[in-house]
Amino acid sequence: MRKFLIAAFAAVGFSAIASAPVMASGGTETLLEKQAWTWQGVFGHYDKPQLRRGLQVYREVCAACHSLNLVRYRNLMEIGLTEEEVKAYAAQFEYQDGFDDAGEPKIRPGLPADALKAPFPNEKAARAANGGALPPDLSLMAKARPNGPDYLYTLLTAYRDPPAGFHLMDGMSYNPAFPGNQIGMPQMIFDETVTYADGASNERHAISRDVVAFLNWAAEPELEARKSLGLKVMLFLAVFTALFYALKRQIWKRVEH
Amino acid sequence: MSSVSNNKIIKWVDDRLPIISMMQHSAVEYPTPKNLSYWWNFGSLAGLVLVIMILSGLFLAMNYAANTGLAFLSVERIMRDVNYGWLIRYIHANGASMFFIVVYLHIVRGFYYGSYKPPREILWWLGLIIMLVMMGTAFMGYVLPWGQMSFWGATVITNLFSAIPLVGEHIVTWLWGGFSVDNPTLNRFFALHFLLPFVLVGIVVLHVWALHTVKSNNPLGIDMKGPQDSLPFHPYYTVKDLFGVGVFMMFFMAFVFWAPNFLGHPDNYIPANPMVTPAHIVPEWYFLPFYAILRAVPDKLGGVLLMFGAIVILAAMPWLDTSKVRSCTFRPIYKWFVMLFIADCVLLGYIGGKPAEEPYILIGQFATAWYFIHLLIVTPLVGWLEKPRPLPESISAAVTKKEAV
Repeated sequence: MRKFLIAAFAAVGFSAIASAPVMASGGTETLLEKQAWTWQGVFGHYDKPQLRRGLQVYREVCAACHSLNLVRYRNLMEIGLTEEEVKAYAAQFEYQDGFDDAGEPKIRPGLPADALKAPFPNEKAARAANGGALPPDLSLMAKARPNGPDYLYTLLTAYRDPPAGFHLMDGMSYNPAFPGNQIGMPQMIFDETVTYADGASNERHAISRDVVAFLNWAAEPELEARKSLGLKVMLFLAVFTALFYALKRQIWKRVEH
Repeated sequence: MSSVSNNKIIKWVDDRLPIISMMQHSAVEYPTPKNLSYWWNFGSLAGLVLVIMILSGLFLAMNYAANTGLAFLSVERIMRDVNYGWLIRYIHANGASMFFIVVYLHIVRGFYYGSYKPPREILWWLGLIIMLVMMGTAFMGYVLPWGQMSFWGATVITNLFSAIPLVGEHIVTWLWGGFSVDNPTLNRFFALHFLLPFVLVGIVVLHVWALHTVKSNNPLGIDMKGPQDSLPFHPYYTVKDLFGVGVFMMFFMAFVFWAPNFLGHPDNYIPANPMVTPAHIVPEWYFLPFYAILRAVPDKLGGVLLMFGAIVILAAMPWLDTSKVRSCTFRPIYKWFVMLFIADCVLLGYIGGKPAEEPYILIGQFATAWYFIHLLIVTPLVGWLEKPRPLPESISAAVTKKEAV
């Protein structure tokens, strides 16, 4: 019966694609530890010092392997970096910008309008440096996974020894938050991995929360503008609706109904 | 066409093109049953959402690049660098869901109150055509951001046509403009996604034209017999519709501003990759009931036929429903079957979002069977056997009696 059903769904094409991994991964539940984040809820907002700490974690840890292609240096002014800091950050990296008169690639220092410099020039180079695995771009990661921020936080903090009998492949790490429970990325965040200038806790859970906050900002930089405009729009609509309700009652008084 | 206005210019125009008197006739004086409930708000809301979708879509199109190498990035550019681009895109993306919510409620209303019965058959058919065109438009729109779900959804749905005997494979190649979903597919989907909303506007005009010819149904399901049963559309229903617009917009905007990705799928924030298949390919929520019907049949062609059949069969409702009484208010037995049918559609939607494994497969098959049993067997039989409650003499009589109670 089961074989028949699987064959049946293979005929429907994508159902088979959808079902096979589910069956294969049956039994590997993933761990998710929900956290309270400052940007949740109707009045949600980012904690700017936390975002800057998260940027520091990204620069000192994540940026060794992960790109952040959709974020530009100038965007960092939104989280409180000064123009000078942004210019200095961008200028650390070299960018190719067209060709000179001899036809040679023209190299210049980065400008605020450039995207953050990716650690690898292309996918092949990234894979070659990472044992065949591709460290994904992190720009949209907080939106591209179910329960994005909680998932990222759990992933960063859930590294541990595999349970007895778990077959861990070569070069992989055990992580119960990751689908399949083994991941190519080794644990990168430990206690005191970074040292914050503002004296905030650099215990590994605190560091993880900071970098997740930064990544959520990278994925949803419009969030604060969105939520504050939402309140105004909603207030307007509430008044609009109440007025039309009153008008409706007034007008319908004329009819027996 | 006498005097629409004392203004000479308006009169001069109206004598040559009676557009003012037409509006006066069909949006102001238009006689509407005086007993319409809030269930009758969803038609005007659907019209409003269509306008919102066309306008927001127009501004998206100004910034979007229909090319596999640029599409995903151009959408992110809209989100990050276009002034209020995030607002326009979230309105458009959530607007698609709102459109289906409103239209499905509109259809449920018609279903419960027998709005498909004579003389409203063509009105009902035009509504079904609108729903089909909406589905095509929504499907192609979802492909445009060129995320993982865009790509794989497009691959799966277009592949359905390969189930057609003999010519299926050729049709799929022709739809794709190649041998897989690729740049030509994206280009034509963008072109069609821009075109179809205007086709929708045309069908909506016909839908409203048919409505104004046969007039609105009402919760009692009996005809208006004279001026005592009706009210002019303006101001009574314009103001009621505007109040409905306010409530609806608050619902809509709550998603746009506070949960803009709740109705979407996280995988669509991953750029399309033909080499990596997502673990679960799930269509948007509004397609899930039909997806469940598709998957309930262990045969590709059978599943496709049943899925399209599930919509086409609705066109036969005027004849499948053998009862002389329109409104379920007076149908003590069929009323409960209609509610069960709606619950069955919701159950199908739930099953459509679950992986293809037990017990969901079996539940999906039973729910699919009930969908067709209800329409093909229960509906005609109950229509013959049921004894409806007595109908009121007239709308005005019923309305005043209720007031007295």
